[in-house]
Amino acid sequence: MKQQSVLRKKLMLGLSAFCIAGMVMNAGPAHASGTVFIPQILELSGPGAISGTNFHDGASMAIQEINAAGGILGEQISTTVLDTQSDPSVARAQMQSVLDNNPYVILGPIFTGSCQSTMPIAQQAQIPQMIGGLGANLTEEGDQYVFRTSLSQADEMPEIIDYLANKLHAKKISIIWVNNDFGKGGRDAFDAAAKKRGLQVVADIPVEQNLQDYSAPLAQVTEAKPDAVFVYLNEGGSARLLIKAGHDGNKIPIVGDTTLLGAKVVQLAGSAANNIKGFVDLSVDMPVPGIKKFDTDFTKKYGYTPDENAIKGYTAVYTIRYVATKVGNFNSQDFAKALHGMTITPAEVPQIFLSSTWSDKGGLARPGFFAQIDNGKQNIIATLPKLGN
Amino acid sequence: MDSAMQLLLSGLASGAIYGLVAMGFSLMWQTSQTINFAQGEFVMMPAFLVLAFMNFAGLQFGLSIMAGGVVAVLILGPIFKKLIVDPMLKYGTLPLVVATLALSIFLREAVRNFYSAQDEPFPSLFGSGVIKVFGADISIQSLSVFIIAGACALALDMFLNKTRTGRAMQATAQNRAVARILGVPVERMVLYAFCINAILVTLASVLITPIYLASFTNGEQLGLAAFSAAIIGGFNQVRGALLGGVILGVADNFCATYVSADYRDAVPLLLMVVVILFRPEGLLGRREERTV
Repeated sequence: MKQQSVLRKKLMLGLSAFCIAGMVMNAGPAHASGTVFIPQILELSGPGAISGTNFHDGASMAIQEINAAGGILGEQISTTVLDTQSDPSVARAQMQSVLDNNPYVILGPIFTGSCQSTMPIAQQAQIPQMIGGLGANLTEEGDQYVFRTSLSQADEMPEIIDYLANKLHAKKISIIWVNNDFGKGGRDAFDAAAKKRGLQVVADIPVEQNLQDYSAPLAQVTEAKPDAVFVYLNEGGSARLLIKAGHDGNKIPIVGDTTLLGAKVVQLAGSAANNIKGFVDLSVDMPVPGIKKFDTDFTKKYGYTPDENAIKGYTAVYTIRYVATKVGNFNSQDFAKALHGMTITPAEVPQIFLSSTWSDKGGLARPGFFAQIDNGKQNIIATLPKLGN
Repeated sequence: MDSAMQLLLSGLASGAIYGLVAMGFSLMWQTSQTINFAQGEFVMMPAFLVLAFMNFAGLQFGLSIMAGGVVAVLILGPIFKKLIVDPMLKYGTLPLVVATLALSIFLREAVRNFYSAQDEPFPSLFGSGVIKVFGADISIQSLSVFIIAGACALALDMFLNKTRTGRAMQATAQNRAVARILGVPVERMVLYAFCINAILVTLASVLITPIYLASFTNGEQLGLAAFSAAIIGGFNQVRGALLGGVILGVADNFCATYVSADYRDAVPLLLMVVVILFRPEGLLGRREERTV
């Protein structure tokens, strides 16, 4: 009997040690003294893997460049990356674990749903978060610790509607959108902008984010006979839709946003991506100084063409360096206060590429572009004035 | 009319893919009473082996298909049988089902960790041309999948019903003890079934990955759709599996367009329930009696 009790105690002790070890390992390595800790919580697997990997590689490249140049205020940046698996509940757990290691600023996540699930925890801990999410509502709640690295859906949709009405002379539109927080936000912003402009949405088609076969959504589009179709999906879904549209001999103009025209989508879809048009927030083809060098260095380092998320990760780290240098310390609250209302220009930080202004709610304003895919390459066809905020 | 024809052709192309994978389900059941819930992942994996030969060994696409195909057939055929099925089957069907569920998770995570969590492009064997059929467009790729799936169903059906080896495989499935008494080399017949299934999934992988892209999550939906297709068509008939796949693909398209896109995920399950209620053996299935 006594032997059993001892055995049970040993078992409980072993299990406890195992659980504690698991929690410690999951939190990532603690940062060394004399370094500033900027962890990354990103979508490295699941439907957001393309976005997350790009963001991570862009941020890591910036961290290496900054560390090689002496770090920030004489301290090296230490980082760790935790995978959200594109799942908001996992993202929330990762955020909780990473806050134990006293981060200065947190990079990510990218999916709107994951941003929403992590923001309250970071806000409570008063740690700033540089998010990649596009959801319009993310910076409408008055969270003082969240900052965008891109324009929001509310900024880009009116531009897309303008393009559909003025350039394509479209009156009837179909929209295919991914049924998650990102897609719902985009669909609502698109619908509101279309109504304002008098455009009719003749087919409103939600699809699941892991959908492989786009036959049925495309068939619905064909049946609705729209003048154009607006596609708002994640990268993998965008590429699958374009491939299937090519297979079905689609002749309806396809319009999208940064994701649809992203480098990875164009690579995956091949010739099926030709002739698609859309709004682009960031691109290695935008006509600004320094972006070509970034493209070359990134491609040489990681072996693939960076998309807008890589640029978001890269510019986020340089933004952090600029703000910390300006403030002169590593106090997270001081960082948040300083970035509200701040404008950073390429003259001050060449690696920021475009003049960027953060609002008092963390929203971002900067120029945007319109692009078209020709022969597997993104061509910028129009530059728009500063949008956002 | 054109749009209905487009829906039909598009559904046939999708359905042929489900049918091709469902044939493997059917074959495994017919010959070895094995339900393989890793079948979707079996379709996902060969594409990554081909990509690995292309990107890491530097082989050309054609050679990579051959090399990847041989490795895939070995892993998903004899090695799968030896390591998973043989040790588990003696405990009944349920432990084997659980083992194949575990295998599906293992294969998914292994590909994610050792190759990539991102979607990868996969070259097509048939180019990107589109042809007109009754006023609707269909790609040569989709048409090829449909023709190859049909040819496979026909060939397998003939093999199982018209050849001595095929009949021996069916006898093995129905009663191993009696088959052994009759001189059928039972172990070899079961091995054949696993090898044929491995060839089928490898073929499916090479045919559909150019459309679906190579992704470690590819097996999830495909496995469920193929399982439903096999039940709808008849689990004990290879041609039934193809019919089930085609019905599923076409019904999915028409339901999403004319009924509701929101409920399209329920279509396979609904069809499955209706078939089980009114024709439990499946549309082309045979009634079977077994000693329990």
